[in-house]
Amino acid sequence: MKRLFTTVAAIAITSQAALAEDVTIGVSIPAATHGWAGGLNWHANEAERRLEAQHEGLDIIISAAGSATEQANALEDLVAVQGIDALVILPFESDPLTDPVAQVAASGAFITVVDRGLADPSIQNIYVAGDNIGFGRSAGEYMVDRLSGSGNVVAMRGIPTVIDDQRMQGFEEAIAGSGIELMAAEHANWSRDDAFEVMQDYLTRFPEIDAVWAADDDMAQGALEAIREAGREDEMFLVGGGASAVIKGVADGDTSIPATVLYPPSMIATAIDLTVARFMSNGPVEGTFNLASPLITADNAAAFYFPDSPY
Amino acid sequence: MSETTIQETKRGPLSGLDWKLFGPIAALVLLLIIGSLLNENFLSAANLLNILTRSAFIGIIAIGATFVISSGGIDLSVGSMAAFTAGVMIMLMNWMMGVTDMIWLIVVLGVVAGALIGTAAGWLNGILITRGGIEAFIVTLGTMGIYRSLVTYLADGGTLSLDRDVRALYRPVYYGDVFGLPIPVLLLALAAIAGWIVLNNTAFGRHVQSVGANEDVARYSAINTDRIKVYAFMIQGACVALATIVYVPRLGSASATTGVLWELEAIAAVIIGGTLLKGGYGRIGGTIAGALILTLIGNILNLTDLISNYLNGAVQGVIIIAAVFLQRGLGQKS
Repeated sequence: MKRLFTTVAAIAITSQAALAEDVTIGVSIPAATHGWAGGLNWHANEAERRLEAQHEGLDIIISAAGSATEQANALEDLVAVQGIDALVILPFESDPLTDPVAQVAASGAFITVVDRGLADPSIQNIYVAGDNIGFGRSAGEYMVDRLSGSGNVVAMRGIPTVIDDQRMQGFEEAIAGSGIELMAAEHANWSRDDAFEVMQDYLTRFPEIDAVWAADDDMAQGALEAIREAGREDEMFLVGGGASAVIKGVADGDTSIPATVLYPPSMIATAIDLTVARFMSNGPVEGTFNLASPLITADNAAAFYFPDSPY
Repeated sequence: MSETTIQETKRGPLSGLDWKLFGPIAALVLLLIIGSLLNENFLSAANLLNILTRSAFIGIIAIGATFVISSGGIDLSVGSMAAFTAGVMIMLMNWMMGVTDMIWLIVVLGVVAGALIGTAAGWLNGILITRGGIEAFIVTLGTMGIYRSLVTYLADGGTLSLDRDVRALYRPVYYGDVFGLPIPVLLLALAAIAGWIVLNNTAFGRHVQSVGANEDVARYSAINTDRIKVYAFMIQGACVALATIVYVPRLGSASATTGVLWELEAIAAVIIGGTLLKGGYGRIGGTIAGALILTLIGNILNLTDLISNYLNGAVQGVIIIAAVFLQRGLGQKS
């Protein structure tokens, strides 16, 4: 009887070890073409380094793609060449990638979807959801609060995409019914250079601006430069989107950008952790995880500051 | 060679009007009128100076592109080259902060390094094209990808930011002015005058256009065509460097999004300005008008709500085609 137990235990140990030996996790994310995506890639690489050091035999393969089509190709390679056991994906776009991810699922891989949901949620085992509507709402609510419900604001939108539409929708919902007037919302494409020019033109166009909402901190920093050059930094404040340099400024009590909203690129690390836990932990992980888009002000900024992150 | 080009332009006999010259200016005036009707602040000194200052980057790069395109070449790498040059300049200046306390020296060395990097990058394009016997389109498509990736790599996918103290001293290069004229505009004007003199009044300028018109004939005329082409690309590189030197103090940063699509804007400015895409004929003055037209379109679109944001690209496309039509179509029809 005692011997039997030992055998069982031995089998259990070997199978545990064999399992660990076998686990290959593919991570498919957009390439670092702008600040936020740069942060995403940085956090994915950090997670890879940390988890591979913790778990012997775990292999994490990060594949960055420049477009939805490239990402679909990358998924084929991850299955065919790397033989992945699990996929962590931040889809470029929801609809075009639903079928390619379903193909990966059909190969038997465990599927974790991050940020943007797929058109068919039944494909995924884990969904780590970012809250883009909440991102816009947090910023809008802060402005309503700070301006005591009346004022003229302008917005800077990103590249025309679903994410951008959702953020704008959340912002508009939050200021609806208050006395705040949204005078203009042009696309500055998540770019400092474009934001600098769009802000210069806003300053020409509107003699009185109380606040600027930039749906990303790269844009907030470009816009701030234009405001400073025009010498109008006392007239208005900005609310941006969670870049580490700005979070540091918020923590230090910057008056030009007194608040920023977190849309953490580190969510990719959360997703990779959960996926690894599926193979390495005895606790259940399947389901949906909703990450908040919290408002960061001088009070709580320290908790969100990663000095080494590129975003 | 220059004689035949003069004859060609004079052939359009619309009461002797040179549409290659007046087309871009007509488009420019038309845009100014539209802008002033749409927004009362459009003609304010502040807005006009904004437009001129903003045009400096594309304008300076497009002066170089006028040389390359006149010589029958094309350079797709300028936007990436600018981003790479800016990235290396910033890293170098930040690094020097640990070496010396003389910030003015850091800025001077950073600027010199920028000039060298840009010119060397242009030389490399030229050498690969002439010695390697590869089409300019392919070589510069390759270097475009290389420089873009390098800057993304150097910045870890994020943004390279210039040290605060260095930037404080360097800042006037973009924001400063001489007798009310912003320095970027001054540099654009100087580069345009220099470019105009070299292209129109020197043997080198005539050789550039002959190489573009017919390379074989130019070679039989004892012109060292390879050397002319390499020089044209080096001028392009130097122009990119100058634009970058002005660009860096504006935001004090460089990232993967720096200079995206500048190559197409520069080429568009050159063609709108009346330079022939197939080479053999270049116009610096037109190029400057072209660069101003492109900046004006963006400025006017930002100043009005008339057109959906999603259609900005379409408006730009229509105006670019209309400007070139004005310049060519009218001249030929009459």
